[in-house]
Amino acid sequence: MKLSTYNFLTSMAIKGVKVGYPLKLRITKKDLVESEFNPTFIERLLPKLDWSAVHAAAQQAELADDIPAEQPENIAENELLMQKLHHLLFEIDVLEGEMECPETGRVFPITDGIPNMLLNEDEV
Amino acid sequence: MARLKLKKLEEYLQCVDGFEKPKILLEQYPTPPHIAACVTHHIQSQHDDIEGRLVADLGCGCGMLSIGSTLLGAQLTVGFELDEAAADIFRGNVVEMELPNVDCVRADVLQLVGSKWDNAFDTVVMNPPFGTKRNAGMDMRFLEVATHLATGAVYSLHKTSTRSYIEKKSKEWGAQSSVVAELRYNIEASYKFHKQQSKDIEVDFWRFDVTSI
Repeated sequence: MKLSTYNFLTSMAIKGVKVGYPLKLRITKKDLVESEFNPTFIERLLPKLDWSAVHAAAQQAELADDIPAEQPENIAENELLMQKLHHLLFEIDVLEGEMECPETGRVFPITDGIPNMLLNEDEV
Repeated sequence: MARLKLKKLEEYLQCVDGFEKPKILLEQYPTPPHIAACVTHHIQSQHDDIEGRLVADLGCGCGMLSIGSTLLGAQLTVGFELDEAAADIFRGNVVEMELPNVDCVRADVLQLVGSKWDNAFDTVVMNPPFGTKRNAGMDMRFLEVATHLATGAVYSLHKTSTRSYIEKKSKEWGAQSSVVAELRYNIEASYKFHKQQSKDIEVDFWRFDVTSI
């Protein structure tokens, strides 16, 4: 699972959960993959990113130094940061880990690179 | 323009592993490589809706359409699949073919609306369950979800017999629909109760422009 995918995952389908975001991410095993840097794409993706989730993901991926806690202004003009953002979002593949709902503590496992967001019938 | 020729794309897609034990209730018919290649190649070469885009594949199964999109240069493709066995084969395909830009998420497609996935994607491609196995209307429910998730266009396969109904529904949703092609969809004898060795059904390949929703 790429961290760009993590940016969109929520636990809001759980009954009673209001926001369910961001999920608390824990990475136990990850891989590095190579992906072509496309600054235009990253720029279009920016409004869809939640910086708090991006920052939390960077800390979990041991890339905390690359991503500032607050989203800088004019980030699209900062090519180095855009490259670091690309690396974080598209080149880290989370193989094993989990994500925890911030409201209920429900844990969603990540196994062999696949996050399992399925809920039991009594949870929805 | 597409970065791969149609023929080459189809050759690659022939290496994609399919269902080991297809489940009837989930309508796990594989999308044949030829159809997947034609569909994804058309989307890229005629509409430029894949290369450099964020693409979703709803009910992705073993990933035939996801992998087609990725081979044609999607920046990231996210396949959503309920079934564990299918998701595992999907992931196996992706690892085997060394494709970096494609993820599989195990989730219920019907629960995606109203989440952060709303308007997250440029393009949705899918071959939904046709809703013939005690789940009538499932393809329409998938289609409605897709119109929420995409900001650009949705591409989908539906039985030709439902054409006028789909036209009506898509108008209600505010999507501009058009039938791109009529396909003879060859379902191999993947379930034991299929009497004929192979059975063709008539399927429409649709494009829905959702930019004004």
